[in-house]
Amino acid sequence: MHSDRAPLGLKIAAGFGLAFMHLPILLIFVYAFTTEDKSYQWPPPGFTLKWFAVTWARPDVWEALGLSLQVASISTIIALVLGTLCAAAVSRTRFFGREAISLLVILPIALPGIITGIALRSAFNLADIPFSFWTIVLGHATFCVVVVYNNAVARFRRVSGSLVEASMDLGANSFQTFRYIILPNISTALLAGGMLAFALSFDEVIVTTFTAGQQQTLPIWMLEELVRPRERPVTNVVAMVVVLVTFLPVLAAYTLTRGTDTVAGQGK
Amino acid sequence: MSDSALINRRGGALAQLSDTLWRRPGLLIFLLILPPALWLGIIYLGSLFALLAQSFFSIDEFTGIIQYEFTLKTYAELFRPSNFDIIIRTVVMAAAVTIGAAVIGFPVAYYAARYARGKWKAIFYLGVMMPLWSSYLVKVYSWKLILAKEGILNWLFETLHLGGLLNAYLAIPVIGGNSLSVSATGTFLVFLYVWIPFMILPIQASLERVPHTMIEASGDLGARPAQTFRHVLLPLALPGVIAGSIFTFSLTLGDYIIPQIVGSSRRFIGQAVYAYQGTAGNIPLAAAFAVVPILLMAVYLWVAKRQGAFDAL
Amino acid sequence: MTSAIRFSGVSRHYGDVKAVDTLDLDIAEGEFFAMLGPSGSGKTTSLRLIAGFERPTAGEIRIFGQIAQGIPPYKRNVNTVFQDYALFPHLNVRDNVAYGLMIAGQPKAQRHKAADGALEMVALGGYGDRKPSELSGGQRQRVALARALVNQPKALLLDEPLGALDLKLREQMQEELKSLQRSLGITFIFVTHDQGEALSMADRVAVFNKGRIVQIGAPEDIYYRPETPFVADFVGSSNVLPPEFVAKLTGKHAYGALRPESVFLAEQGHSAMVRSVSFLGAATRVSMQMDKIPLTILLPKGAVIPKAGDAVTVAWSADDLHVMDRT
Repeated sequence: MHSDRAPLGLKIAAGFGLAFMHLPILLIFVYAFTTEDKSYQWPPPGFTLKWFAVTWARPDVWEALGLSLQVASISTIIALVLGTLCAAAVSRTRFFGREAISLLVILPIALPGIITGIALRSAFNLADIPFSFWTIVLGHATFCVVVVYNNAVARFRRVSGSLVEASMDLGANSFQTFRYIILPNISTALLAGGMLAFALSFDEVIVTTFTAGQQQTLPIWMLEELVRPRERPVTNVVAMVVVLVTFLPVLAAYTLTRGTDTVAGQGK
Repeated sequence: MSDSALINRRGGALAQLSDTLWRRPGLLIFLLILPPALWLGIIYLGSLFALLAQSFFSIDEFTGIIQYEFTLKTYAELFRPSNFDIIIRTVVMAAAVTIGAAVIGFPVAYYAARYARGKWKAIFYLGVMMPLWSSYLVKVYSWKLILAKEGILNWLFETLHLGGLLNAYLAIPVIGGNSLSVSATGTFLVFLYVWIPFMILPIQASLERVPHTMIEASGDLGARPAQTFRHVLLPLALPGVIAGSIFTFSLTLGDYIIPQIVGSSRRFIGQAVYAYQGTAGNIPLAAAFAVVPILLMAVYLWVAKRQGAFDAL
Repeated sequence: MTSAIRFSGVSRHYGDVKAVDTLDLDIAEGEFFAMLGPSGSGKTTSLRLIAGFERPTAGEIRIFGQIAQGIPPYKRNVNTVFQDYALFPHLNVRDNVAYGLMIAGQPKAQRHKAADGALEMVALGGYGDRKPSELSGGQRQRVALARALVNQPKALLLDEPLGALDLKLREQMQEELKSLQRSLGITFIFVTHDQGEALSMADRVAVFNKGRIVQIGAPEDIYYRPETPFVADFVGSSNVLPPEFVAKLTGKHAYGALRPESVFLAEQGHSAMVRSVSFLGAATRVSMQMDKIPLTILLPKGAVIPKAGDAVTVAWSADDLHVMDRT
């Protein structure tokens, strides 16, 4: 199987699939430089860098970006705490209801986002909670927990068991064991989970439309532009920047989990 | 060596807490699980149940005020032709997207799992991961650019002198429309594009679990490559396809942004939920509509579980 | 002689499963003690009860006279060598060995010196900077040993420590462990399912079955004077003779144990039918049927070897038939 070559038809089909997934995004990179500002004309009549300066000078874009970064940071921290606790408990024993807990964690992302969104919105209405920064965070943290949990739980399983017992056997109490043995072994998984959670929150729009009041996160800002295009060139530039910004944490998460998983696997 | 068999260390508060937790392991688990269980149980499940409960209320047609009495009237409304059309349309679209994603995604997953090695393996992996994690809205936006009347796709057809063909296609009712960006075909393309990585990853995972020896054994027993594919690989990849279809199906069922931006004026479930809870202020009907994808997915998951698809997730 | 470990009526039940069932046990200080039994017999659970990873559901455990009830593992002055070694993958070998000393608050220079000394002792001097993943199975096993011993425990617990090693390395490690125990003079408690290992290393052996100890004693006692058919069969695969047969020979109605190497071909004795013959190298094993009793014998090199299907006559000296009064 290693030696034989892929049939030509398969190569073409696989190449077509990859092209289908990547060409549309690359197209945005071209549009960010177009001189045309009233339509999506192709091919672009000319190329310019001026839209970058225009976008740079836009306070609404900066505000939306700032809000998105804040929401993503705080949601990620909450998700890290909750996801780690949950993974620790589930991997530790076969306690009553661990299946239910796993399901509960996965549910916010398994059900369509609109259901999570509308459920939260009607609950906020019922409880008379005004929409604010914190209602956005509440929604984001809820569906970010699963990403951290998924990354942490597999690693926890490997660490718990004899490594924890060995540490306790050598005189370390529960907290010392956590500090010196568990944390170093799960840190890369947590970092990867945190980065993915950040990317997820930074990009989220469906739940956010229901849990945000007047504030605009960057995706909400983009959605407005998509529904009612006003300044197409600015949208083009923002779209390109968003692609580049999400690229980094995902790439980092990939390298983090890939490298350490094999090493830790051999260690046992 | 200390004479005692037991080690006595200065006991700080943490050390004492550690002793207590050791003596009562149940307490430790309880403390670990309490914060996430409270968060998800109260905030998330609480909201979800509050929503579901509202689907059993109704709205007074004249005053527009919600009547807090148990009734199945709102569910009955789902079966009015205009509403039922929405459900059927959404399910058909979700099925079409799922099949399309499987057809286009399978070769990619198959090549990545069985032929790509070393550097190419990483390229294929990132090639699927990057679109998966790229901004959803940006992905939708890119298709608005592509499908626009003055956009690249029309330009391509014109340049190749195939404009007539495109117009003939757009003249077909249901799937056609004024232009691609306001047709059901356009909606389909965007859905397909946005969800396809969710189909590829599980298929690849399930194919990678097929041991090489099994394929060699099949060849050894006289099967031609096509027969090996048909009788060995395809059945083994099926759980992966089903796992992927859970995502593509569920995500299409609940989406309300894509058909709003690219597509005809005919609505999907997500749009109906959004419209009823928003401008119409009919929360009960919105809630009842929200139950539809939950029920559909519950059935779908039940079937998928029986097919063993969960192992490929 | 002081007792190092004492179990009084100790049980560990998981629901209906009695992993350890009202166990009484007394291990002397400085003893090399082996717990022998098939998997699921309760030997590993007993070890984990001593280490503190398991809690007894009933009974009392004393470690060097002190009641262990409610004392967490990190406050017990016993250390464990784990079956899978449980080396910390993120630490190098030196930091693995020095871990216990680090927790105890020893300064870095001092604990690294002690760790290097312990590595010298297990013939791994100079390996301190490697990661556990860069070591072979035998080397990891030695690191695990050094990591436990550097803390100068009063008792060392070994959970099937040689199970993952190949035969040659295992035999070498058996001798090294034995001499290490002799030079350190501390109590070793060794869990194994390999009867050869238990008999060759231990001062005393406890044979476990179904959560209970069925026999406890010196290796020779266990080997030549098994008290139950289970011990006779599990330890050294003795022939177990049924009570009716033993009664005819000795007058005592009890099971008898007969070592395969004690039986020889003779002119007079019991007639038997040869079923199969296997050449083992130093000896030849002959399986036969004596009336309805299956019998396996070992014939030394140079003896006349029968063929399958032959009718033979076998005999043994009366001393070699061990009558198991306690069943």
